[in-house]
Amino acid sequence: MTSGGIRPGSTKRVVAACALIALAMFGGVAMANPQPGQLNMTRGASTWSPVPYFLNNVALGVCVVIGILVFGAMFIAMFRFRKSRGAVAEKWSHNTTLEIIWTTIPVVILIVLAYLATGGLRTFSDTTGSQMTVKVTGYQWKWRYDYVDYQGKAIDKVGFMSKLDRESDETRQLNSGLDPNAVKVDGYNTYLINVDEPLVVPVGVKIRFVITAGDVIHSWWVPALGWKMDAIPGIVNAAWTNITEPGVYRGQCAELCGQDHGFMPIVVKALPKEEFEKWLADKEAQAKQPAPAAPAAASTAAAPSTAQIAPDAPVAQGHQG
Amino acid sequence: MAHAATHDHHDDHHGAPKNFFVRWCMSTNHKDIGTLYLVFSLLMFFIGGSFAMVIRAELFKPGLQLVQPYFFNEMTTMHALVMIFGAVMPAFVGLGNWMIPLMVGAPDMALPRMNNLSFWILPFAFALLLSTLFLPGGGPAGGWTMYPPLSLQGSSTAYVVFAVHLMGISSIMGAINIIATILNMRAPGMDLLKMPVFVWSWLITAFLLIAVMPVLAGAVTMLLTDKYFGTNFFNAAGGGDPVLFQHIFWFFGHPEVYIMILPAFGLVSEIIPTFARKPIFGYKAMVFAIASIAFLSFIVWAHHMFAVGLPLGGEIFFMYATMLIAVPTGVKVFNWVSTMWGGSMTFETPMLFAIAFVILFTIGGFSGLMLALAPADFQYHDTYFVVAHFHYVLVTGAIFAIIAATYYWLPKWTGHMYSETWGKIHFWNSVIWVNVLFFPQHFLGLAGMPRRIPDYNVAFANFNMISSIGGFLFGASQLIFLGVLVHAVWFSKKKAADRVWEGAKGLEWTVPSPAPYHTFDVPPVIHDHELAHGHVED
Repeated sequence: MTSGGIRPGSTKRVVAACALIALAMFGGVAMANPQPGQLNMTRGASTWSPVPYFLNNVALGVCVVIGILVFGAMFIAMFRFRKSRGAVAEKWSHNTTLEIIWTTIPVVILIVLAYLATGGLRTFSDTTGSQMTVKVTGYQWKWRYDYVDYQGKAIDKVGFMSKLDRESDETRQLNSGLDPNAVKVDGYNTYLINVDEPLVVPVGVKIRFVITAGDVIHSWWVPALGWKMDAIPGIVNAAWTNITEPGVYRGQCAELCGQDHGFMPIVVKALPKEEFEKWLADKEAQAKQPAPAAPAAASTAAAPSTAQIAPDAPVAQGHQG
Repeated sequence: MAHAATHDHHDDHHGAPKNFFVRWCMSTNHKDIGTLYLVFSLLMFFIGGSFAMVIRAELFKPGLQLVQPYFFNEMTTMHALVMIFGAVMPAFVGLGNWMIPLMVGAPDMALPRMNNLSFWILPFAFALLLSTLFLPGGGPAGGWTMYPPLSLQGSSTAYVVFAVHLMGISSIMGAINIIATILNMRAPGMDLLKMPVFVWSWLITAFLLIAVMPVLAGAVTMLLTDKYFGTNFFNAAGGGDPVLFQHIFWFFGHPEVYIMILPAFGLVSEIIPTFARKPIFGYKAMVFAIASIAFLSFIVWAHHMFAVGLPLGGEIFFMYATMLIAVPTGVKVFNWVSTMWGGSMTFETPMLFAIAFVILFTIGGFSGLMLALAPADFQYHDTYFVVAHFHYVLVTGAIFAIIAATYYWLPKWTGHMYSETWGKIHFWNSVIWVNVLFFPQHFLGLAGMPRRIPDYNVAFANFNMISSIGGFLFGASQLIFLGVLVHAVWFSKKKAADRVWEGAKGLEWTVPSPAPYHTFDVPPVIHDHELAHGHVED
């Protein structure tokens, strides 16, 4: 068994490589955020996020099978029916049976896919029964979060701006000389996907997001939640999530919104319910601290952690009209 | 015979004018105008390509190394506008101009002076558009889709809108000309259902153009009045609706996508039967599939807008309608494969590009089917998955078909054979590097990289670097194409036969190579067996 020393090692390496590829293609909640070499969509970390993941995998599977059949037939044709091999061209130019078959089979496949997709759409569009509401407003180039209500109780003056963290911002300047690889939080690279203040939400609670914008169109996207929704001035869109696992989920603005479109990330920090409630209570207390009647606007600059008052209705300030 | 008809009598206007200005600027000859279109398209292909090189260079690794983000946005916007309106569409019009009269036995286009005008508008349109890059405030940076309110923040709106109007006028005139030619100028005996598939595809495309270019003109005019004349079509603060623009734009935009692929279907349907030496499988089904795709293109526009917050019914309708397109498209792919089955194939450069078209366009079709599924699109939308998808259908689809057609008819145009060796070198370089360029972009999109961003997280670094390397080499490979063209036009010693390819059928191969300045002054006598589709039963 002299060769035994090598074989288990190589097997282990093959297994490890396979595991790595499998993880890259079908990674679970642990990989809700982008990973180097990631090949497939994330399964996400919410009750709904497996829907697009599952549809993606089914549709990809269907396409791969059809691809193998069609391209397989093409390659066989290219090898069998070449003139250099003495192939003589046949004369036929249609075959009704075949044409009926290859029109019908795709229709059946499409009906199955449409059935699956319709179910996903119906659950997605149903924002009823939510226990919490967060208002998301897109601005060039930052997000604002306002906590509207929680468990049927209105939340008073908890809201803040959330923008690219300073380390990413310094590194991303043209020829900054700083290394994007060095921007890390807990060993995970957060270059351009970290913010100064994340959106904090509870797990296991159906959260309704009302999404709008103050200047141009943005799109609020956290892949781990399974969807993106455009933030449009003058329009309030609704979407919901129910996060299953505590964690930090990262995303980015997905609609071109000007020069710093690539630099307005989204970070959602999902906490267990009790921790979230404590965080919320602290925030509400903070909001009440400054003299209630005083014009708080001046103090916000000095104390960045102080909750700001929500701006008025999201009206487009766009262009000179 | 058609051959004889091209020579004798009419000595009064036999050759091309000797004066350069008179020949090229005042031309009413469909072949010269076709050449002008094709040369213009090639120039735009390289200009648009150079913008793509800037994009891929900046995305080579994380961090900003070369350009400011705003300039990056100008590059993505201009790359799309130049490639769509400057490279792909004029190339098809050029091919149509050159080949449709030859394929239906007409002496020229129906409206030759309008033909001249529709071409000569284009250089001015693009001079306007490209000049914005050198003006204060820079070029358009809100994406080729020009979504307000963002697109109204730029200072180039007026230039871009006027340029788009000019391009639209040019396209509409080109389309009118093609319809008039096909419907009125066919030689006796060239029935509609004996026409080459390419001619059919252009006839249908021309109707799409006439239907949607005015819609685009309306949309951009509303942008213009919103910006300068105090209207509020798209301004929410004034009672307007930013989403309205997207509906109007995509009502133009989706048929526009098919305007860029239907003629490609036609081209490939000419090339594959020639090199398989076997008639196209299911001629009528091919024509009907093109017509169905054209019809469906009008009722799928909002699949570009699944994330704007459509009502559930809207999402479902546009999802189903979009999925339906897979059926006629599938029929086309199956028919191309069946045309090859049982044939006697050779693999000259046009055939290689046509086969690559079928495979790679189908891959783009697969990702299109995935994108059609609205819940999955909530993840795919506006990511690199979409970028990969539409580059597969437009680069390895439309552009590969244009390149295939160029190799296919180049000997007919110039009278010389191109270098088959260099053609194949061009093919293999193109087909390898284009996949290195675009395939990894699927992974980037699935992993969560949004499109139109100049910089990204390091998780996306390795595939972006691979993609950029593929991009540089694909770009460089097109210089080989330029070399092959220059060689074939001016230096090739090898004379082309009239029927350049052994299996080629159709009227264009009955005229000499190079095609004389005037052809079919007297309508050719049509012999059904000489046509590719002369004996259509069923």
